[in-house]
Amino acid sequence: MTTEHLPALQVVVPLLAAPLMVLVRRGTFAWLLAMLVSWATLAIALALAFQVRADGPISYAIGNWPPPWGIEYRVDGLNSFVLVLVALVASVVAPYARASVAAELPRDQHYLFFTMFSLCLAGLLGITITGDAFNLFVFLEISSLSTYVLIALGSNRRALLAAYQYLVLGTIGATFYIIGVGLLYLMTGTLNLADLALRLRDVDEIRPVLAALAFITAGIGLKLALFPLHLWLPNAYAYAPSAITSFLAASATKVSVYVLLRYYFLVFGVPLVFVRLPMAEVLIGLSVLALVSASLVAVFQRDLKRMFAYSSVAQIGYITLGMGLANQAGLTGAVVHMFNHGITKGAMFLLLGGVSLRIGSTRLERVAGLARIMPLTSFGMVLAGLSLIGIPGTAGFISKWYLVLGAIERGYWGLVALIVASSLIAVAYVWRFVEMAYFREPEPSAAKLDEAPASMLVPAWLMVAACIYFGLDTSFPLDGARLAAQVLLGAAR
Amino acid sequence: MSHESLLLAALFIPVLGALAIAACDRWPDLRETVTLVTAAALLLCVLSLLGPVLGGAQPQASLVQMLPGIALSFRIEPLGMLFALVASTLWLVNSLYSIGYMRANREAHQTRFYVCFALALACTMGIAFSANLLTLYLFYEGLTLVTYPLVTHHGDDEARRGGRLYLGYLLGTSILFLLPAIIITWAVAGTLEFTPGGILGSGLSNAAIGGLLALYMFGIGKAALMPFHRWLPAAMVAPTPVSALLHAVAVVKAGVFSVVKVIVYVFGVDRISGLTSVDWLPFAAGFTIIAASIIALRSDNLKRRLAYSTVSQLSYVIFAAALLTPLSVAGAALHIAAHAVGKITLFFAAGAIYTAAHKTDVSQLDGIGRRMPWTMGAFAVGAISMIGLPPTAGFVSKWFMLSGAMSTGQWLPVAVIAASTLLNAGYFLPIVYRAFFLPAAGEAHGEAPRTMVVALLLTAFATVAMFFFSDVPLLLARRLAGA
Repeated sequence: MTTEHLPALQVVVPLLAAPLMVLVRRGTFAWLLAMLVSWATLAIALALAFQVRADGPISYAIGNWPPPWGIEYRVDGLNSFVLVLVALVASVVAPYARASVAAELPRDQHYLFFTMFSLCLAGLLGITITGDAFNLFVFLEISSLSTYVLIALGSNRRALLAAYQYLVLGTIGATFYIIGVGLLYLMTGTLNLADLALRLRDVDEIRPVLAALAFITAGIGLKLALFPLHLWLPNAYAYAPSAITSFLAASATKVSVYVLLRYYFLVFGVPLVFVRLPMAEVLIGLSVLALVSASLVAVFQRDLKRMFAYSSVAQIGYITLGMGLANQAGLTGAVVHMFNHGITKGAMFLLLGGVSLRIGSTRLERVAGLARIMPLTSFGMVLAGLSLIGIPGTAGFISKWYLVLGAIERGYWGLVALIVASSLIAVAYVWRFVEMAYFREPEPSAAKLDEAPASMLVPAWLMVAACIYFGLDTSFPLDGARLAAQVLLGAAR
Repeated sequence: MSHESLLLAALFIPVLGALAIAACDRWPDLRETVTLVTAAALLLCVLSLLGPVLGGAQPQASLVQMLPGIALSFRIEPLGMLFALVASTLWLVNSLYSIGYMRANREAHQTRFYVCFALALACTMGIAFSANLLTLYLFYEGLTLVTYPLVTHHGDDEARRGGRLYLGYLLGTSILFLLPAIIITWAVAGTLEFTPGGILGSGLSNAAIGGLLALYMFGIGKAALMPFHRWLPAAMVAPTPVSALLHAVAVVKAGVFSVVKVIVYVFGVDRISGLTSVDWLPFAAGFTIIAASIIALRSDNLKRRLAYSTVSQLSYVIFAAALLTPLSVAGAALHIAAHAVGKITLFFAAGAIYTAAHKTDVSQLDGIGRRMPWTMGAFAVGAISMIGLPPTAGFVSKWFMLSGAMSTGQWLPVAVIAASTLLNAGYFLPIVYRAFFLPAAGEAHGEAPRTMVVALLLTAFATVAMFFFSDVPLLLARRLAGA
């Protein structure tokens, strides 16, 4: 039966597609294959998610070596949700990428782009599905290396610098992670995450474990752009090819957040991280700084891609904030915001890709009168912006509801005020775009341009529609997020 | 049709109308016909719900689960019925007026204008019929957003500034105060359903209730309680039909409607009457009534004067509801309707004066009553209703508010109402005097286009009619207050 091999196929399918693309070396073939592969991963991820919701966690032993000796792929209520998010974003970005890549990259690099895209997808899915600390590192490197290449493919020459910056910081992050894993292996003799959690309880010498926690926090914190380790992000998002900005913003940081969630709640455990150590205070403090400062920085950006990149740093702050609250409502908010921010920012960057294709720039002054030139793109950006703000009826509202509820349950009234105040700052930066697009006349040279091509508009609007749909009928993401929160708190498996 | 499908129809008719209007972009006559047909259909739909609701039925419908335990759901109770009735009736009249105004003033982007108008009405219906706080909040925010393009209709710098204030105040208050208030209510009560007698239970202390009430009252920025009132005069940059329907009827009434609804169905009149921590509200509302009247007295711009008069009149509703007596709560509900018909007449007149004579200031209005007798006659009727004299609608609601104030046995509420009546007379009667008794200057002109005059005569007539035939609103208001 193939269904029992679904966990392996989830990673193997995109992983094997990559060398095939290199062998054929045709842009169109690579694109078609990447599209098929991403849709296949989505089908697998959805099948796994429903299977987990129905029958509980799935354990898959690679090569039939039973865990904890062999590598285990383990799908539970938490990571099945993340798998769906990553595969969903990839399935929308892949068809979109064709026109966007054709405009931004020279012809002979097209196949390379889709090769790296498939590898990155395989890496992200691998990080999410694996139950093995070292295997996780391998996939982390696969996704990171392919990401460096993808960013460097950006048409602006500053993309090279951005990729280099990210390469340096990303490598430090990965190194820190593996040092942390090494320390844990030293203390427990196992690499299986579930097994690690069990054996850590009996470890008497706590200091190396604390060091491991510190290394893993800093390492993964770099990858997820936890404030103040976010410095690589704005440039990487601003100069990467448009399709990649959207893919990374919607999925890569979310996967890293997932890793941190898993380590904090399911490996080190709540008693160590949140009771013995003041990690809740640290996380909440950093998150609040991210919320306020990155939002404020976003208001003063002159380039829309950078503006929304800084907004991403702030929005990641919401997720880590929910993590720091560490109660059912807060964690539900964190996990559902991974999904909601994924689709919201995905939609925003997909639409911005259309803008940069037609206008040739995403600088704020260049989008004057955009509503006249590209009415559908502009209106889509307004709707995605409303979801960023968290207006009721959009996906962003649902996350905010749970985060505020989580803060109220903890009795953190100041935090409640900061959460709602930061969404007002989001109004300020979203409205800078609105006023520029709707109240200005287009430049004479821009007035004759067309709306973005349908192959880009349709995927982008699918994401926009998802932002609205999942703000009204919230059962799918919310059921997933609540289950994930229960898994994290040990109330469900 | 069943009541449930009628209820859903009332929500979807304006939305469908908006789509049809957008589709008729190229054919202005057809587009305006669609607007009128949609408004008439909505009114019919609401009227056919009136009978069952008067008979005691509370039709309800539910769409999707927005959050676990909180659905997007609707139920028609007396107050919502009254609000929907007022808004849908006046939309029809206003559409007539808009057609004359927009064409005579050669406004641009007329399709966008009518589309946003229809969507604003859809949101208004959603607010009126909402069965829980989350549904109300959804449509409340929606109303802010769909009216933003109307406020900034002219697209110039002044419109953009007005739009910023509008959005800043309304979104600011609703996100900073109203949303936390709703989530706190959910955390405390475990429900957001509007329930007679309130939902808060006994879990909250006296001080906590006072704080929560403050979050609600200042969070509902559309009710323009000072110091969060400045969006209302700023919104006067909009074309006059927008000021007339939205900033005298739909948007501001959505605000005070939410205030009454929260006091009656979330806090519960009996639950909070006698608590010391809620005593501040009549003072805050009383202050707004007097202060806004004084600003209105000093404003020479006619629309600005009307805007501050609106701020003041809105606080009447808050004030009456905050007195927490059955009579005054009924008065609050009645005033929502009474002020709506009166104030829309005044705005219609202001727009007619602008269209026919291009005059915007009170000091320019000498002798205009002889050139535009119908318009200024209607203006006089509206002004009398604002002051609260018979035979107009304003007298009925003021009577109830005053009776409620007397029944509290305190002198302050009575004094506030008396003082503000004098102030109202002080800023409205001079306009009427100028228009009819001072000699006219400048070049001669006639009345505004006929559709506009017909519309303002209709609302003036309604203002008087509500005095003589007040059974329906009275019945709904009494049922709300249990008086």
